[in-house]
Amino acid sequence: MCSININDPEHPLSLEELNVLEQVRVRVNDQENAVSVEFTPTIPHCSMATLIGLSIKVKLLRSLPDRFKIDVHITPGTHASEEAVNKQLADKERVAAALENAQLLEVVNQCLTSKTV
Amino acid sequence: MLTWVKVNALSIRMAADSTLLLGLVEEFVSGQQDTKATETAKGVKTGQFTVLQLIEALGLSLTSSQHETRARGVKLLSQVLQECYSCLNEREVEVLVAFYENRLKDHYVIIPHVLQGLKALTKTSALPPGSAVSMLKSVFQDTHVQSLMIQERSCVYNILINLMESRQQELKGLGSDFVFGFVQSMDGERDPRNLLLAFQIAQKIIVGGYEMGKFTEELFEVTSCYFPIDFTPPPNDPHGITQEDLILSLRAVLTGTPLFAEFLMPLIIEKLDSDVQSAKVDSLQTLAACGPVYGHKELSQFLSGLWSSLRREVFQTSSERVEAAALSALTSLTACLSRSIITSDSDDALHTLLQLVLTDCQHHLLEPDLKLVWPSAKILQAVAGASYRAHLRVGTAVMPLLLEQYINRTQSTQRRTLLEVLQGFVQPSEASRPAEGEECVLLPFQSSLCSVVFSALTETGAGLQITATRILSALGQQTGVLTPHDVELAVDHLTTLILQEDDPQVSGAVVECCGSLAPRHPAAFTSRMLPKLKECIFTERMVQGDSVAPAELGSHNAVRQRCVTALARVACERSLVQESSPVLLDVLTAAHTGRDSFSVDEVISVCHSLQRIAEHAPHMEAEIGQFFHDVIIPRLLGLAVQAVVQDEGSCGRSPLAEEAVLSVVAPVISSSCSRLNADCAASSASRVVSLFLHGDVAFLPPTNIPLLKTPFLQVSQLVCLLTACVCSLPQSVEIPEIDRLLEELEEVSCTHTHSFTHTSAAKCYAGLINKRPSGPALDTALERSVKRASAELDNSASCLRTQALTLLLWVTKGLLLRYHPLSSALTDKLFSLLSDRSLGPLVADGFALLMSDSPDVLNRGCHADVRIMYRQLFFSENSAKLVQGFNSAPPEEKAGYLKALSHIMNNLPRQVQLTELPALLPLFLEALSCPDGGVQLSTLSCLQPVLLDPPAPLTNQMEALIPRLLTLTTSPAMKVRIAALRCIHSLSRLPDHMMLPFRARVLRALAAPLDDKKRLVRKEAVQARGEWFLLGSPGR
Repeated sequence: MCSININDPEHPLSLEELNVLEQVRVRVNDQENAVSVEFTPTIPHCSMATLIGLSIKVKLLRSLPDRFKIDVHITPGTHASEEAVNKQLADKERVAAALENAQLLEVVNQCLTSKTV
Repeated sequence: MLTWVKVNALSIRMAADSTLLLGLVEEFVSGQQDTKATETAKGVKTGQFTVLQLIEALGLSLTSSQHETRARGVKLLSQVLQECYSCLNEREVEVLVAFYENRLKDHYVIIPHVLQGLKALTKTSALPPGSAVSMLKSVFQDTHVQSLMIQERSCVYNILINLMESRQQELKGLGSDFVFGFVQSMDGERDPRNLLLAFQIAQKIIVGGYEMGKFTEELFEVTSCYFPIDFTPPPNDPHGITQEDLILSLRAVLTGTPLFAEFLMPLIIEKLDSDVQSAKVDSLQTLAACGPVYGHKELSQFLSGLWSSLRREVFQTSSERVEAAALSALTSLTACLSRSIITSDSDDALHTLLQLVLTDCQHHLLEPDLKLVWPSAKILQAVAGASYRAHLRVGTAVMPLLLEQYINRTQSTQRRTLLEVLQGFVQPSEASRPAEGEECVLLPFQSSLCSVVFSALTETGAGLQITATRILSALGQQTGVLTPHDVELAVDHLTTLILQEDDPQVSGAVVECCGSLAPRHPAAFTSRMLPKLKECIFTERMVQGDSVAPAELGSHNAVRQRCVTALARVACERSLVQESSPVLLDVLTAAHTGRDSFSVDEVISVCHSLQRIAEHAPHMEAEIGQFFHDVIIPRLLGLAVQAVVQDEGSCGRSPLAEEAVLSVVAPVISSSCSRLNADCAASSASRVVSLFLHGDVAFLPPTNIPLLKTPFLQVSQLVCLLTACVCSLPQSVEIPEIDRLLEELEEVSCTHTHSFTHTSAAKCYAGLINKRPSGPALDTALERSVKRASAELDNSASCLRTQALTLLLWVTKGLLLRYHPLSSALTDKLFSLLSDRSLGPLVADGFALLMSDSPDVLNRGCHADVRIMYRQLFFSENSAKLVQGFNSAPPEEKAGYLKALSHIMNNLPRQVQLTELPALLPLFLEALSCPDGGVQLSTLSCLQPVLLDPPAPLTNQMEALIPRLLTLTTSPAMKVRIAALRCIHSLSRLPDHMMLPFRARVLRALAAPLDDKKRLVRKEAVQARGEWFLLGSPGR
């Protein structure tokens, strides 16, 4: 439904090129207005997992009509602190608070800037 | 007696002149009237008074004890000299120089005028020997340049520049004192204009070979302190100096001489550590500029320092610009080292550098999974591309490694990376190509390289196969790398891939590869590939019989399609054209006779392939032109005639009688005809005309064409083929029976009811008219046809008005292109038709036709008479009329004017658009709210490129523009929605302060198109909204 082009925070390639995001792990249900995305951190201890998840979430929030409920979580069994990260990403207030933090927003925006610049 | 009178008269006049001069001086000095200076200068120029007289007249003011008075005096003299320096003689100059040198010691208010005077004197050719030196000495001694004002400093620099141009030898006699004097005068300069002058002087010092002696380092210091340049011109800068100008002129100084190497290299290494990206790039580019000037002596002691900085820039790159600059600096250094001659007692610096590079990079190639493979490969390729020697050394080290790795690794991603890296080493650059007598670098690895490539071609991964075809093309371009046996094997592999590979990307790459190999190895292709392709096109379906599953049928069609494309692509050499184009013609024949049931789409693609051959074949060769003339054109015409005649006879419709097919056969004939030589062109013209006027079929291949009963032009849709042939011949070719032909065409275009036919006839008419030399014959024809068309158009009951309009449009276009005087009258006629109830919209669209290039006739490829900038001319002549028409038209007719205007604007070059846009802006905004979708679309597409870099008047209109654009994102037409979203996207790149006020509104409005029912619209909306979110927020 929407093509995703997000840059890795510490890598020149995009998440799709790194297989962090794969088409099979994206489920869209147009009737029930639900989008669910699973992402796979490159290594189980990847410290950037929350940031990657947040970037995906923000990108989807900006790109999808607001009728959709967006669920972003880690592919089960691919990260050491999977549950904690999932919980953070599912919490609306915490996502909103995170985006009010200018520094964090800066990093997220950098991930979302198109590469042509 | 008579003499006495003469002398008396002369002295009276002289007396009068001197009073006049005294008056002028008086008014200038005490009266403070600046204009008197020009009057005085005029007097000197015309010979009314001499400079000497002027000085005498100035006497009192120059010796006055008031320094203001002295300043005025000197100012007058200097201003006069600036105008009249060319009429001075050597003696006068000597006196003046002495005077001015003396004045340099005077009060500071006088100095500016003194310098102006000296500057004027430096321009004379009558400067006596020795005065240049003495002038400079005084300037350096008696003035402190940096305490002068900007203007005066610039004056000093100009004095230097003028003297360096005219008195180079004398100045060199000053020795290093000259350099010292210059260094002192420019030390601390801050004004960019003056810096440009100072850098220019420094460059002249270096290039002119002035002795620098012990002041080399001083000169370097005084210039290099500006490096790297960081300069932002003030807004509305009237002088137009850019950072780029300063950077380039400073770079020319710093890299001008090897003598600076010992100072410059450490400076560059230091600046590379900077965090500022532009500083890095500037340093790297400066380093690259050193390459052509330096030798190994200058570089050798800095190699390891430079290498570690460069390596860091590539390995830990932050931006592509820095990386690219670092790589080109590396190439330039390597090229420099490879160039220098090694003396017996020095080390080979190239060897040292390559050793450093190989040690640091080679081992990364062994780890195709890790991040550093690509940077290392890029570095090695940059080094190898610098010279043949470097390529040889790097290739010898790297090639066996990569080949062995490829064989040992089994994962296809790793193999792909390795192969892609390999690709970079296979293609030699301009500089590393082997010279006469040198062997190709790849020769030692030739056999293992071929086996790797062939094995990659048979792999399943598309990426591998594509890379392999690219390597193969590169190998095929180099002499001696592929043995004849390898070529045959390669052709076999490629043939198999064409027949079997379904992936469109792979087959595209394969066809490309065939195209690049074919011209060098035509024999292998004619003997091994063409027969198989031909066989595949014609036989396979028959073998399978009639029980073919639809899926299989589809795939078979795809294979046939690939064969046809490949046939067209390899036909880039004489023997290949002669072999492959008959095969394509056979396909058309088979389609016509109904054998093998080729679909219309297939026939069309065959025609496209033939057209490609006609466009790309090496037409310089007369033989190919002859071949087209003898075989291809007659066969195509013959087939078309047969098909159409048969159609008349109603015994089953041939695909070649379809309009869609005929309109792709036409370009084949057109591009062949436009490339024929004079003889063939003339004979084609007479053949085709006699075919169409008299039904003479003698030159067509012997077939059963029945004798044509009706006049040929009337029957058929074949007029488009006539157009293709006669309208694309060179202007010099005379068309036989042209007047009769024009009459017939006029008749067809005005009366035929079939739109394809009458449009073709109108095009043909216009094409011929465009090339016809002016004269009574042309005028009569034009008068007749215009009269006829106008009569039809004026008769609102007529059912042939569309035909008449089409003819009028095409004739107007044909005449407009050649600046024919009649075209403006015809344009006015068109304008008047804009308000016509039934034809108005057609006329408005007609302006698109007038302004755009038409693909089939009346373009430069068809040798039409197209004058440069006819669009601009048309615009400047007619835009006012359009605007006026728009303003006076009733509301329901306004759309037509807007449409016409936006068509015209759309086809103008961007530069003109930008200058014209401000005046038309109100109209454009109106056009956006006009309900006609076509007007909206063409206005948007005209606006979008302008919005990327909008002129100032547009930026003030955002308040009006943005809401209109936002409304259009919900328009019913998809194309309008997409175009509007693109415009909004472009706006997000404008400066934040301008766009921020609209951010919230735009984001809210863009939420709706995110949920659009069309995917293409959603895609544009996502992109635009994403960029608007980033607007003004951190991290963009």
